[in-house]
Amino acid sequence: MAKSAFMRWFHRFGSLPYFYGVSVPIARALAVPGVLLAAWGVFAGLVLAPADYQQGDAFRIIYIHVPSAWLSMFGYTSMAVAGVVALVWRLKLAEIYIVAAAPIGASFTFLALATGSIWGKPMWGTWWVWDARLTSELILLFLYLGVIALHNAIESPRTAARACALLSVVGVINVPIIHYSVEWWNTLHQGPTITRFDRPAMDLDMLWPLLSAALGFTLIFGWLTLWGMRVQLLWRERRSRWVGRMLENSR
Amino acid sequence: MLGVFWAVLRRDLLLAFRQRGVLVHHLLFFVLVVALFPLGTRAEGAILVAVSPALIWMAVLLAALLSLQRLFRPDYEDGTLEQYLLSPEPLAVIALAKVTAYWIASGLIFVVASPLLVLLLGVPAHAVGVIMLSLLLGTPTLGLVGGIGTALTLSLPRAGLLLSLLIFPLYVPVLIFGAGAMQAAIIGLPAAGALYLLGALLALGVTAAPWAIAAALKISLE
Repeated sequence: MAKSAFMRWFHRFGSLPYFYGVSVPIARALAVPGVLLAAWGVFAGLVLAPADYQQGDAFRIIYIHVPSAWLSMFGYTSMAVAGVVALVWRLKLAEIYIVAAAPIGASFTFLALATGSIWGKPMWGTWWVWDARLTSELILLFLYLGVIALHNAIESPRTAARACALLSVVGVINVPIIHYSVEWWNTLHQGPTITRFDRPAMDLDMLWPLLSAALGFTLIFGWLTLWGMRVQLLWRERRSRWVGRMLENSR
Repeated sequence: MLGVFWAVLRRDLLLAFRQRGVLVHHLLFFVLVVALFPLGTRAEGAILVAVSPALIWMAVLLAALLSLQRLFRPDYEDGTLEQYLLSPEPLAVIALAKVTAYWIASGLIFVVASPLLVLLLGVPAHAVGVIMLSLLLGTPTLGLVGGIGTALTLSLPRAGLLLSLLIFPLYVPVLIFGAGAMQAAIIGLPAAGALYLLGALLALGVTAAPWAIAAALKISLE
């Protein structure tokens, strides 16, 4: 019973006109708390949180750096999950999600690399080191760029999206292998501070703004991706009847 | 199932050895990259030995990139690939047979040629065995992973640069463990750890990559 209700929802949500209609309120529901949380997190992190006893004010870049790094990984993983859904159930929405999420995830990956490099100059004394985490993040950027480039290269949108789905699944299997092989090769980055299961090694006045910024940026990621999906959807279905009718009505 | 594997393997090897020129081209490319590299440095023994693992593996990666573009293209152009797709035999087995044939015709040559090249770079002779073993374990994985990229870009006539963007990031583990094994062997450390990991990557590649290649071929021929 519950399963059939879920499947009904699944199929209804998979219907493109239905999705296009409900995407506006969903996007709004993501955007408002997302912007508020991110704004509070960044403000509290930059102004209210106490300075670090060792790094001074330079540590404050983590309020951008950590959410970006988190989203770079979350984005690729979500693309791979969507890739499996697209390949197994041939759900068009999942294909569109991959295409829409790739440039946004790539931007956050670039942001994580750039902020890390700006922080690294005063702290490590160099813009770039061939450290394990930095290198895996750089490779992750290339994986994103590969998906984007493949999508741009193949003309038929359906084939392009399915090819991107397969590539993201293959990529995500490789991400942990790449990460551990690079770690085996070299490591210098500081160990994890938040994800430890015992007490976080961070003052709560510093931690709350960080969590708020991370959650806010994640919601913004969802909002932007949803907006990208709407554009992709309109473009792909531009010859279908429901798009024509909708454009007529909105005129 | 095994029958179709041997049949495709035999056919592809036969085609490859009827065109011996192409095989020689792969080898010459490999030799040229390695032979030109010292001309860009001061050709001092210590520097060349230190960079030789990276150099050998980069040459292998570049050669793989060039040769992989031919993996499915002839079959795609003359329609054989569509017949494979229509046949009741599992496409993954055919893909594995094609990659195996490709590796025998191009990867194995690098393994055989490598001792000469690394001795040219001044690598001590006691490391040659490990170097050959690392290439023997690493190059098939390059073919398997690269096969996914080639299959995805099959409909694009000139996919060379795009293919490098798709598959080079996936080659990172093979590069690290392959070059790591060479490095360890050169300075006299045990290389078994890196070789085991290369073997593990190959095992994963043989079991997972044929299915991914088959799925990619189906997408490209849709």
